[in-house]
Amino acid sequence: MTKIEAFVKEQADIHGRRRNSLMPILQAVVQSERFLSEEAMVAIATELDLSTADVYGTASFYTFLDTVPRGRNIIRVCKTITCHMKGKDEIIATIEDQLKIKCGETSSDGKFSLLQANCLGWCHKGPVMLVNDEIYPEITSEKAVEVVREYLKKTK
Amino acid sequence: MENKIKKVDLIFEKVDHLAILDKSFKRTSDEIILDVIDSGLRGRGGAGFPTGLKWKFAKNEEADQKYAICNADEGEPGTFKDREILTQVPEKVLAGMALCGKAIGATEGYIYLRAEYNFLLPMLHEKMREFNQQMKERNFEFTVFVRSGSGAYVCGEETALMESMEGHRGEPRNKPPFPTQKGYLGKPTSINNVETLVFALMIGHLGPQTFKELGTFDSRGSKVFSISGDTPKAGIYELELGMSLEDFVNEFGDGDTKAVQVGGASGFCVARKHFKETLIGFEGIPTGGSMMLFNSSRSMFNILHDYLEFFEEESCGQCTPCRVGCQQLLKGIEAVKKGTKLPGYLNELQKLSDTMKIASKCGLGQSVGNPFNSIINNFREEIIY
Repeated sequence: MTKIEAFVKEQADIHGRRRNSLMPILQAVVQSERFLSEEAMVAIATELDLSTADVYGTASFYTFLDTVPRGRNIIRVCKTITCHMKGKDEIIATIEDQLKIKCGETSSDGKFSLLQANCLGWCHKGPVMLVNDEIYPEITSEKAVEVVREYLKKTK
Repeated sequence: MENKIKKVDLIFEKVDHLAILDKSFKRTSDEIILDVIDSGLRGRGGAGFPTGLKWKFAKNEEADQKYAICNADEGEPGTFKDREILTQVPEKVLAGMALCGKAIGATEGYIYLRAEYNFLLPMLHEKMREFNQQMKERNFEFTVFVRSGSGAYVCGEETALMESMEGHRGEPRNKPPFPTQKGYLGKPTSINNVETLVFALMIGHLGPQTFKELGTFDSRGSKVFSISGDTPKAGIYELELGMSLEDFVNEFGDGDTKAVQVGGASGFCVARKHFKETLIGFEGIPTGGSMMLFNSSRSMFNILHDYLEFFEEESCGQCTPCRVGCQQLLKGIEAVKKGTKLPGYLNELQKLSDTMKIASKCGLGQSVGNPFNSIINNFREEIIY
């Protein structure tokens, strides 16, 4: 049994093996691995007795259930209207420059992915970014650089 | 000048939620439901369905299991009030769910929380465990669970939300059957917005009269507004419903407001010349609480472009009018701006958005025409030049 198969089995023991257990299991894998590999989706399908296509079909519907490799930390900058008005482009440009990647890409050391997201629900405190599950409202370019540096230190 | 905006404090007021529940548990389901119907409370997520009626329909269904779901998939651009309610008064939300459970006869409740608010999960789990224990001590059979979304705007649509909870793609279902007949796992389900549940609890606390005295005939009570954009007072405010947009802008504008987007990206854009006659409420322009102010430095083309990009990405793609319509509206305004299409092409696009309103399966595709038509009608020249 591979590591990911063991993990999926463990999650199925917690969340059950019915169809409505699928989302919590997909979410747990993403929480731990940052994305759903082919191997993980096959393991989930086997464990829940579903077709792999069905598992992929469900996962690929959701923005936060990535099916392509992502970095250990996922930075999501809100791009919707008020954050756009308050300067999200500058924040993205700053982080692009710092990590030497374009928005949508993953850094070569695998530590960061930089993405844009639709409304994160902090319109009164824009611009805002989400790093993994942590929220950073009223972000400035300086603060963004700081935050990324912190995560860089924490990530081995 | 008299201040015409009335601030209210029902949602965030600290109350003894358990005492309210104890009082309500002694009453019959019908009494609870009648109070909610009498109060005139309508859903606070945006659609505005009468809450009491929803509960009554769910209650009248015969079933071995029913569910009370709290819709915390707040994804409408410009809306952030549910996050604040869940952060500040989570106990009141849980108690509102239990009240709904008592009213309709559900023994299980689910909070569907959007993934963007996952940072609330540890706190919510703790409150949930505590609350479930308190219900057990009262011999009231009701257990709350929390489920997470995974970043899909359309899952705020009630049937898409249940599809997602059941482990499927978040594609809206055909209605009827309505969720009160066949909801989560095919069982009668009442699905209510976070704010609605807290209001229902407060109606149980204060009686329907206090709530009814606020607002207008069609829009009873108060509402939590999420105010953002070009305003010196961005934030969350609970205000009495039925104010005019002019009074609102006088209070919250920056002195140069040229338009207000009422009801989020899927709502209506109101231009300055219409502020006076526009009323905020179900008889005027309804809103799930989002109010975005734009001053004269803003390009309405960019704003509309942002909205359309949003809808084009968030459309679930299940029905053709919405999937293709969103793409064509976006491409269309880009083409008119570039000059590869003549300005008259906007009329064709408006016809398309009217078709989407009639032919789309769910509220997403049906409401894209709201911002589209209201922005084109008011700011046509900004889209063309």
